Amino acid sequence: MSSIDLAQPADRPETRAIVAGVAIDLVEAGRGRPCLLLHDIDGIHPSSPFFAGLAERYRLFAPWHPGFGHSETVRRFHDVRDLAIFYQAFLKERGLDGVTVIGTGFGGWIAAEVAAMSTDRLGALVLIGAVGLKVSGRDERDIADLHATPFAAYEALEYADPANKPNRYDRMSDWEMWGLARSRETAAHLGWKPYMHNPSLNHWLGQVDIPALAIWGERDGVTSPAYGEAYAGTIPGATFVTVPDAAHHPHVEQPALTLDLIDRFLEGIAGRERAAE
Amino acid sequence: MEAYYFSEQPYPGAWESDIESLRVTLPNRHCDPHVAADLINARLDEWELCDRVGINIMINEHHSSATCLSPSNTITLAMLARRTTNVRLLGLGFPIANRPDPVRLAEEIAYIDCVTRGRLDIGFSKAAPYEISPANSNPARFMDRFWDTHDLVLKALTVQDGPFNWESEFHHFRQVNIWPRPYQQPRPPVWIPAGSIASAREVGQRGHTLAMFLSGLNARKLKDAYCEGARAAGRPEPGPEKFAYMGIVAVGETREEGRSRADRIMGYLRTTSIVSDCFMNPPGYMPPAGNVMWMKRNQTRGRAGDHFPVTKRDGTILKVGSGRDWTGEIPMDDLIDANIVFAGDADDVHHQITEFSDRIGGIGTVLMMGHGGDLSHEDAMTSIRLFGERVLPRLKTYAPPDIAEAV
Repeated sequence: MSSIDLAQPADRPETRAIVAGVAIDLVEAGRGRPCLLLHDIDGIHPSSPFFAGLAERYRLFAPWHPGFGHSETVRRFHDVRDLAIFYQAFLKERGLDGVTVIGTGFGGWIAAEVAAMSTDRLGALVLIGAVGLKVSGRDERDIADLHATPFAAYEALEYADPANKPNRYDRMSDWEMWGLARSRETAAHLGWKPYMHNPSLNHWLGQVDIPALAIWGERDGVTSPAYGEAYAGTIPGATFVTVPDAAHHPHVEQPALTLDLIDRFLEGIAGRERAAE
Repeated sequence: MEAYYFSEQPYPGAWESDIESLRVTLPNRHCDPHVAADLINARLDEWELCDRVGINIMINEHHSSATCLSPSNTITLAMLARRTTNVRLLGLGFPIANRPDPVRLAEEIAYIDCVTRGRLDIGFSKAAPYEISPANSNPARFMDRFWDTHDLVLKALTVQDGPFNWESEFHHFRQVNIWPRPYQQPRPPVWIPAGSIASAREVGQRGHTLAMFLSGLNARKLKDAYCEGARAAGRPEPGPEKFAYMGIVAVGETREEGRSRADRIMGYLRTTSIVSDCFMNPPGYMPPAGNVMWMKRNQTRGRAGDHFPVTKRDGTILKVGSGRDWTGEIPMDDLIDANIVFAGDADDVHHQITEFSDRIGGIGTVLMMGHGGDLSHEDAMTSIRLFGERVLPRLKTYAPPDIAEAV
């Protein structure tokens, strides 16, 4: 295995940070209102238009979850709620308030758990193609089975145009591939059974008391728009919107449209706050 | 040398149903239960014949698969426990990382060991990656769960002044206290199959019997790794009795008849890897290094890491496999040269097995895949009789070389 080079490539902006006693990789960028971006299983893509767009607008914190990428694994973490506790500790340690939490896919599940746990330090919640909830019957799937779908077929569920997929092995460094292998194992560890959901989340999302926006790709084959609408329906007052020409990762396939939806959502909150004053 | 007879109990009638996957996803409408009844009973009859001619018995299990109808080692072993009286019964193996109920497994093992008055051997298998889905076990930290379960089962089998408590990362049990306890003391012998250097070393550290499946001359490297592990753990130098090798074995009245039977059994190798790519590498089943090697090669199947291909004696690599990536038939001469197959008349088979054992420094057991593919019941019965009468008596008196003296 000596042919694997685990050095972090020079163009990767991650730096090491200790959060709640855990050594993680973190990308910090931009100024303004604080925004916490919680990534999907495939990790952070700092050179993506969506990431750059968020960094232009906000003081962005993009941590690699414990056990994902090159962040330390906490052996005793055993479900996604542990990650939610971790991010509550992160917000407290950094003294952040009024934070916009944005979660994509698996990170959307974490974001939902963070909000379900406490909204004290949160200003708004944005879920993009999130997993984490069970809404249909016991013999129906809400979430496509990544581990039982042939690769090409799964890509067609994930992307309106599979050419948009960012993780192409031929363009990835060993550092990124090693991180991806770890991320996949940790996601399995935390989300295998029940598969990619927490049965009690439905209840706790009903207690969320901050503005929430659910953004779904119109052609999402992993978590359908109907699932997204049901997801939004569990959060009081949440808004559900769809993005055309996008599937499970609208922020990858339609970054400008997705950023625009988030802008308008946050401006709406600010406007209501001003009116209330 | 000892011998164990094995069949996967295949259902070859469904093998043409799906070129993508004979496992996990092939709907069971392709299984005719009347045909299944005939197949299962034929295999059980073959094992009963083994008991009469003195060949030990090996059982396995797979799930959701047209390649293996055995759903549980212990069910099949329990039937044979009462229908056999002489030979040893080996379950190889119990897929312990996929079993949520290891204490129940220990109790079943002890029960069968009592019924047979101590004729049971127990094997623990990692299980193939496509067994994850039928069990819906978590592939993350898979080998950690394997060893934790191993420790729990062995403790449950051996502790006599319990109950004891088990609160590990993977299992939670209170008042572990199995009844009955095993007939053999302190417990039945444990076997573990390994196909990689790292795994063979781990088996050696624990002193169990190492089973090597169809690895040909690479068995030598596995044995060396096992001995390294044993030495590192301060164990005595392992003798041949610690090593078992599985090959496809077929005996005929003539060389041609034996080879023709082996060719039918080869149906096993022609079908065993026909399974969708998506079930081949669940996350965590392989460590990050192996995954990186896969990604770098854009690989979707096969092994990564310190596994090795099957080679002929002249070093030529044989592409033993099946499914879409499999390129074609391998000549029987090559399969025999590579020690994947031991076939011919009784003299041939005896010579091939003992010569192989000599070459790799001595094995104590040959595990014979004596049935596979669409080999008929009659052919299997004849091959068993010929092996029992003409090969086994000579193997029993064969003296394996000392490891230190082997080439």
